[in-house]
Amino acid sequence: MAVTDAAPIITTRFGLDDGHTLERYLATGGYEGLRAALAKSPTAVHEEVKAASLLGRGGAGFPAGVKWGFCPPGVWPRYLVVNGDESEPGTYKDRLLMERDPHQLIEGVLIACYAIGAAQAFLYVRGEMALAQERLAQALNDAYEAGFVGRNILGTDFSVDIVLHWGAGAYIVGEETALIESLEGNRGMPRLKPPYFPAAKGLYMQPTIVNNVETLSNLPWIVGHGGTSFAELGAESSRGTRLFAVSGHVKNPGVYEVEFGVTTFRDLIYAPVYGGGIRDGNQLKAFIPGGASAPWFYEEHLDLPLEAGAVGAAGSMLGSGAIVVMDHTTDAVKAAWRVVRFFARESCGKCTPCREGTTWLERILRRIVDGHGRPEDIALLLDVCDNISPGIAWPPKQTTICPLGPSAVSPIASAIVRFKDEFVAACGGGDGELPVTISGAAYTPAPDSSSEVAGV
Amino acid sequence: MSDAQAPETVVLTINGKQVEATPGELVIDAAERNGTYIPRFCYHPRMEPVGMCRMCIVEIDTGRGPALQPSCMIPVAPDMVVDTESAVTKKAQEGVLEFLLLNHPLDCPVCDKGGECPLQDQTMAYGPGESRLVEEKRHYAKPIPISDLVDLDRERCILCDRCTRFAKDVAGDALIHFIDRGNQTQVNTFPDHPFASYFSGNTVQICPVGALTARPYRFKARPWDLDQVESTCTSCSVGCRVVVQSSRNEVTRYLGVDVDPVNWGWLCDKGRFDYQAQTSEARLRTPLVRAGDELVEAGWGAALAKAAAALRDADPDRIAVLGGARLTNESAYAWAKLAKGVLGTDHVDAQLGDGLPAEVVLGLPKATIDQVCAPGGTVLLIGPDVKEELPVLFLRLRHAVRHDGVRIVELAPRRSSISDLAAATLLHRPGTEGEVVQALLAGGTQDAGGVPAEALAAAAALLEAGSVTVVLGRANLADSGAGAVAAAEAIHAAHPEVRFLSALRRANVHGALDMGLAPGLLPGRTTLEDAGPWFRDGGWPTVPAARGHDAIGILEAAAAGKVDVLVLVGADPLADVPDRALATKALAGARTVIAIDQLPNASNRQADVVLPAAGYTEVDGTTTNLEGRVSTVARKVTAPGTARDDWMIAVDLARLLGADLGFGSVEDIWTEIEALAPSHAGLTLEVLHSHDARDGVVVPLAGPPQAAPDEVSSTEGAAPSGPAHEGESDSGVAEAAGEAAVAAEAADDAEAKVDAEAEATEAQAEAVADAAGADEPSEPAAAARPALVRLQPSGGASAPAPDAYSLRLVATRKLYDLGTLVQHSPSLAGLVTENAVHLHPHDFDRLGIEAGASVTLTAAAGAVQLPAVPDASVPRGSAAVLVNQPGPAIGTLLTAGEAVTDVRVERA
Repeated sequence: MAVTDAAPIITTRFGLDDGHTLERYLATGGYEGLRAALAKSPTAVHEEVKAASLLGRGGAGFPAGVKWGFCPPGVWPRYLVVNGDESEPGTYKDRLLMERDPHQLIEGVLIACYAIGAAQAFLYVRGEMALAQERLAQALNDAYEAGFVGRNILGTDFSVDIVLHWGAGAYIVGEETALIESLEGNRGMPRLKPPYFPAAKGLYMQPTIVNNVETLSNLPWIVGHGGTSFAELGAESSRGTRLFAVSGHVKNPGVYEVEFGVTTFRDLIYAPVYGGGIRDGNQLKAFIPGGASAPWFYEEHLDLPLEAGAVGAAGSMLGSGAIVVMDHTTDAVKAAWRVVRFFARESCGKCTPCREGTTWLERILRRIVDGHGRPEDIALLLDVCDNISPGIAWPPKQTTICPLGPSAVSPIASAIVRFKDEFVAACGGGDGELPVTISGAAYTPAPDSSSEVAGV
Repeated sequence: MSDAQAPETVVLTINGKQVEATPGELVIDAAERNGTYIPRFCYHPRMEPVGMCRMCIVEIDTGRGPALQPSCMIPVAPDMVVDTESAVTKKAQEGVLEFLLLNHPLDCPVCDKGGECPLQDQTMAYGPGESRLVEEKRHYAKPIPISDLVDLDRERCILCDRCTRFAKDVAGDALIHFIDRGNQTQVNTFPDHPFASYFSGNTVQICPVGALTARPYRFKARPWDLDQVESTCTSCSVGCRVVVQSSRNEVTRYLGVDVDPVNWGWLCDKGRFDYQAQTSEARLRTPLVRAGDELVEAGWGAALAKAAAALRDADPDRIAVLGGARLTNESAYAWAKLAKGVLGTDHVDAQLGDGLPAEVVLGLPKATIDQVCAPGGTVLLIGPDVKEELPVLFLRLRHAVRHDGVRIVELAPRRSSISDLAAATLLHRPGTEGEVVQALLAGGTQDAGGVPAEALAAAAALLEAGSVTVVLGRANLADSGAGAVAAAEAIHAAHPEVRFLSALRRANVHGALDMGLAPGLLPGRTTLEDAGPWFRDGGWPTVPAARGHDAIGILEAAAAGKVDVLVLVGADPLADVPDRALATKALAGARTVIAIDQLPNASNRQADVVLPAAGYTEVDGTTTNLEGRVSTVARKVTAPGTARDDWMIAVDLARLLGADLGFGSVEDIWTEIEALAPSHAGLTLEVLHSHDARDGVVVPLAGPPQAAPDEVSSTEGAAPSGPAHEGESDSGVAEAAGEAAVAAEAADDAEAKVDAEAEATEAQAEAVADAAGADEPSEPAAAARPALVRLQPSGGASAPAPDAYSLRLVATRKLYDLGTLVQHSPSLAGLVTENAVHLHPHDFDRLGIEAGASVTLTAAAGAVQLPAVPDASVPRGSAAVLVNQPGPAIGTLLTAGEAVTDVRVERA
């Protein structure tokens, strides 16, 4: 097993009862990264982050240093927005970072503001995260009082104000343009990109960098220890450490910080220090490798490293780092319904295919689960999926503005292709002919299946 | 030059065909312009695209391979390849339509939209053949009222964001919004806040399904039964183009027509729904004559004979004609010819003491709406609350401010609907507009009219930047309007190049003034002294010798028993003249009152002869809006009973008086107007009905006041009292037009930016002048074509200082009032507001009154009781009330001719 002995970077205070207080934070090296950053030029800080190859930890995995460079030069003011609207099923790493180590996030925000030249940051925290809100608010008040935030930070001419903003309970606001709309006081609905790439025209139509909580929480360590030290950990494009939230049918569900790019799914699910194996000695049926919108993985994918490139090549994604494990007692149809129901409920209502399509999919699946499936329902499900995400491919195409609609397609495609027999049985028989071409490396029938293989 | 213009087009490929588009043009528009219609629901050319419905997704390749993109949000780019017919596009569009129809109730047989429904049409063209949904559809309560005028059926709604975008972005009344999420997303109002917008009817018109329906039209007709004609709305003077639709000879609906220079397709709810007054049971159907205390039905012969006899017996100086702003231009001309050319009286006024002197309205350089709203300009607004009196002009100004960088400097006696959009609002004491403008022109170095010097200086700085236009009207009915006149004179004297847009409210008041329905004027914006010989040569039997009274003068004369015959041509002095006591005395004092009208009102109930007139959906002709834009009005239905066109009544009266007005049709009248009225020269029937004139034509086609303002003012200075013929002679018409063109070029240099339309009109005018030159020999050589009226400085007037115990009264209008059209439109009649006196919160303590308490307002003329409401939009020292609303008549407080009205406010 490749459980590495790399020291944790951002969960060092998770074990402390008072890790969220300013006293403990300062006693454990807090705000040293900020001091180090302020001693350098903003460009030098930016270079450190680029050298660290820090990938965004929100889901898309875009290099943070590169993203920062997208702000058009000379356009002011520009803003930093922190995406703390973590809402995907099975994802709960950012919540712990905000609850257990809020100052680390604040310090990361300050370093990022210094690097990109923002004087104002907005911390958007999911509405349901009461403890995170309370601790962040307290931490921010303490940090203001101690002179880490506000005017002339640490005696320099660097000034930043941080505004806390609580969400109102919409998953879609995790999408960066919807988050910006929500911050502006509007209904949280995505903007079309182009023309509104936030780095060019974001909050209040000004250049805006939107970063995830975990991404920013890495910055104090990166600046303190150097980008290259960070980049020494991990493999391929996936550097440093990363948080994974393991849930579902494992013995020890939880958030684990592992060395990025080298640890495997098998390590994370079976290692005693991590997931500890499948509950009750059951067999693994499938697992979702990176949040509810990711195509499912199976037994044969267990030895893939937790590395963006390798997982992408296998037809799925690491996404938000949520690994949901299903054992052999899981009903595939019901599991697909359950995931689709989430997306149907969370559709913002803007684009027709997502608003109407996801709900329709949910109702067809519910009908099948309730025992009223018809043989033609499998074809219908896939054709509706095709109208939301043409070609049912990975990575998905879309008829919508944002990827929420297509997100409901991958669990259906995964479940139908892999567990077709279950679907055929639930739909009252039929030949299970799949009418549309499905292309995606992870959309594969079970190796021992004798039925016809559709797609790749 | 052609090289420099090369980047002006973008070449892209649509369905394999190379097409040209303008930079920034959206793919959906470029495709449509080149003959490829892309289906759409949410896209509307007058609103920002949102890409919500996804119906217009097509495959667009910008070099990275074809991808489905919403064509309503993607601007064209060089070498872009668009495929609207690929298998992928078709499958996606069919999928979107299937999704839209999933929860759509398909109650088309009972839906008002059926037959003109974009969802129906596009389903037929692009949709799947059948539904695959076996689950239950989504259900909501069937239509819920979201306002007094509009019902919402959420089951039919396809959530295209058109109505909500209109409410928020166009009208500025964000009272409807999306609520809930995903499949449960619905449009609704906030609890207890109805969609009370003056523009709510537009949402019905732009709804792509039958989700929003107008109460007055619900279940009234099926679209395929409707017959229609294009016309112009005459509910106010903006002159929005409309389609008038009727079924079985009854008007059922108006729809806005999208014309660039005026209304962009929008209408206000008053304009949209007050057709109900036209179909009202109360319409006058037969002539009425007085028999004792009653008006009894009579035949036309008897009624006309009685009217003619009264006119024949009266001395011309004891005949007066009030009104005319309701008429078409043709009818107004006929009445002007009857009154001034046959009867020989100059006591004629189309305004009712609530407007501005005709010389001010006609004699200043005129601006179009487009010129006022031109990007980057500054608008000085001295006039009424535009949203209340000229609602669609408000929409144009709002757009100009929000999208085109236009700044508004507002001079007002209280904050108005425009104040939130204005770069500066100068709240002044009533009647002080002249002083305030003088101070503004001086750079704002000292306080004026209650406006602090700093505010004036800031506003003056705004006026420095960019070109300035002025919107000029009557903000306050409790002052004489002399302040606005003084302000206009001051601006014109200092900056003769500045153009003015009139904000007079009544439908065709500008046309009526153009046709000479004002004292001292003759048709074509000419004066008695200048144009008398011209009109006599043109066939008028006579022309008044001296300038007559204006409306207030006429009423004062009538009250003093000096008027034998008072003719009310669509005028209701008891409701419309601010001074209620004067109007009452005048009607009692006139020996014979002849009223021509469509509906009974307080004034014509006291008349001796009432002649029923046809309404505006019942007559052909033209109307003139506040820009001076002449556009057509068309007959769609027949008038009720024996009601007749106003011009026919004039012709018949003239005949009974032994005169021949010389025309037997609307076309005849227009031909005479074109020949005789200098301001309308060149606007022949052919031009008027040409394709290029479909948005209306601004008159004069080219005129000395616009073309050479400097020359005009210098001539005025030299010979203020003499007739200003400008050296124009018959033989020199073409030459003069040439001069005008040269002057226009000079103006070009000076102003840098000349409106494209103005250029076009000037070019047109040259051709016209040539034609006129060719016609000259056949015209009598005796009288020269008269010059157009020009503003003569009056020296201005100044309001007396207020005393310490009084508040200065501000009386304004609301869109919905006790006016005849509103009150005879059942859907609008209830929308009037309760009156109250609004005072600045600080004045409550000073006066010792409490919020909501009933107070007595006492002016020199009378007293009324009203509840007092604290309102910071009223400056300290002023008291604001509404005229013509339920409750005590504010007119009893007003004295005609007084510069301002002061009131004591005391606890009742």
